[in-house]
Amino acid sequence: MAKYLLLKHYRGTTPTPNGFAPMDQWTPDEVEAHFQFMRDYSARLEASGEMVGGEGLSPEGSWVRSGRDGEPPVVDGPFAETKDLIAGWFLIDVDSHERAIELARELSDAPGQGGEPIHEWLEVRQVMSAPPAVGD
Amino acid sequence: MDEVELRAQVPRVLSVLVGRGAAFATAEDAVQEALIRALRSWQDDPPADPTGWLVTVAWRIFLDTARSEASRRDREDRFDAEPPAGAVPSTDDSLRLYFLCAHPDLTPSSAVALTLRAVGGLTTRQIAAAYLVPEATMAQRISRAKRTVGEAGVDRPGDARTVMRVLYLVFNEGYSGDVDLSSEAIRLTRQLTTLTDDPEVGGLLALMLLHHARRASRTGPDGRIVPLAAQDRARWDTELIAEGVDVLRAALERDRLGEYQAQAAIAALHADAQRVEDTDWVQIVEWYDELLRLTDTPIIRLNRAVAVGEADGAPAGLRALADVPEGVPRRDAVAAHLHERNGDLELAARLYADAARNAPSVAEREHQTLQAARVNHLLTGD
Repeated sequence: MAKYLLLKHYRGTTPTPNGFAPMDQWTPDEVEAHFQFMRDYSARLEASGEMVGGEGLSPEGSWVRSGRDGEPPVVDGPFAETKDLIAGWFLIDVDSHERAIELARELSDAPGQGGEPIHEWLEVRQVMSAPPAVGD
Repeated sequence: MDEVELRAQVPRVLSVLVGRGAAFATAEDAVQEALIRALRSWQDDPPADPTGWLVTVAWRIFLDTARSEASRRDREDRFDAEPPAGAVPSTDDSLRLYFLCAHPDLTPSSAVALTLRAVGGLTTRQIAAAYLVPEATMAQRISRAKRTVGEAGVDRPGDARTVMRVLYLVFNEGYSGDVDLSSEAIRLTRQLTTLTDDPEVGGLLALMLLHHARRASRTGPDGRIVPLAAQDRARWDTELIAEGVDVLRAALERDRLGEYQAQAAIAALHADAQRVEDTDWVQIVEWYDELLRLTDTPIIRLNRAVAVGEADGAPAGLRALADVPEGVPRRDAVAAHLHERNGDLELAARLYADAARNAPSVAEREHQTLQAARVNHLLTGD
């Protein structure tokens, strides 16, 4: 068993990989279908016992670092329109790397305009864990 | 006696122990342990005097812990603790316990966790599950909170204001996992009304009851948001509403108005409307004016703008909205709604999309995205 993080990147204002407009330009039915897909996807992961957690993230992020010589921390942002922001994540606990890829592929097929799959890129990262002890 | 009734004994039992001079942190652990033993043994053999039983058992556990700690510290030093004389004192010190757990030195999340455990009698595991954090994280939070309270001393506890703020935070957390925090907040606030005669506590209880009465209708089957105007009012809990109105009326009769009473009055006016078009928006605006005199916050101004929009039309609502600073949560959503009603669909669609981007929750994001899609759809007409 290994844990994987599926990262959904934020593309609220830029076109989706399939060339779709931002979601607020879709018809209400298309939006509903997309949300329903996401709910069903979560429910499937829970039913199969592979869900560890998942959250949506606010699109606005800030960059923070400590200040020098006791100065207050430096805060940059918030940046609403940066290209690389994370919209949300799922943490899954699966039997194999193949299964993680399979689940990411399913997520990438979330329906978009006209019910066509979005085909968006999902980032898949394995959670690092120590190798099992010898004889374990 | 079920688990909830058992937990209702906690503040009384803990305050007796603290009243006898027990250190707060150790005493609180002892009470939790006594609860676990009660749950194990009472089913077969319930005691005649539950409070007395819990005090006796918790005190014994406390003494054992204190003795072993003392012997660890100094084996030469004999810990001298007189066994308690007599039964539970007739005066109830539970109120002080509420104040202690809402100590001003605690962060809100710590005060919430400590209140749920030391006043509510919930286990660390239950609290962790309710807040969706690992049990170890919550255990750490609670033990730090106890230490803070211990160090800060009991001579400067919080007051009714800080307690009510904590209970309101718990109430708003709602329901997740197997602990219903809204019900728990209502139980603790109800208990608090028996300990103090502050009419604001009654106002808070009424506010919670009136909001809780609408809970079943506030979200759809998939957790989606159903706004007030679209709620199925037949699903509102009329018993809770009646109780809330009674509690509010009794509080208002005391003639010491406060913000919770005013908020409850607004909730009562909504609850009173059989259909959304029966809502007495004019009176609601008057209550918001009252509320602004009591406490002028951007959120209240924002909610007032909604009410003004309903009472006097969208242009008046937009004028009221001008007094709400940019960046206040949900301001875009309110602006979108008012502009839509005012006929400016393009601006409304843009604002709904902004509201979706700045939404504080996924449910809210989905709701606002749908609004934007709906209005854009009206614009393109396909």
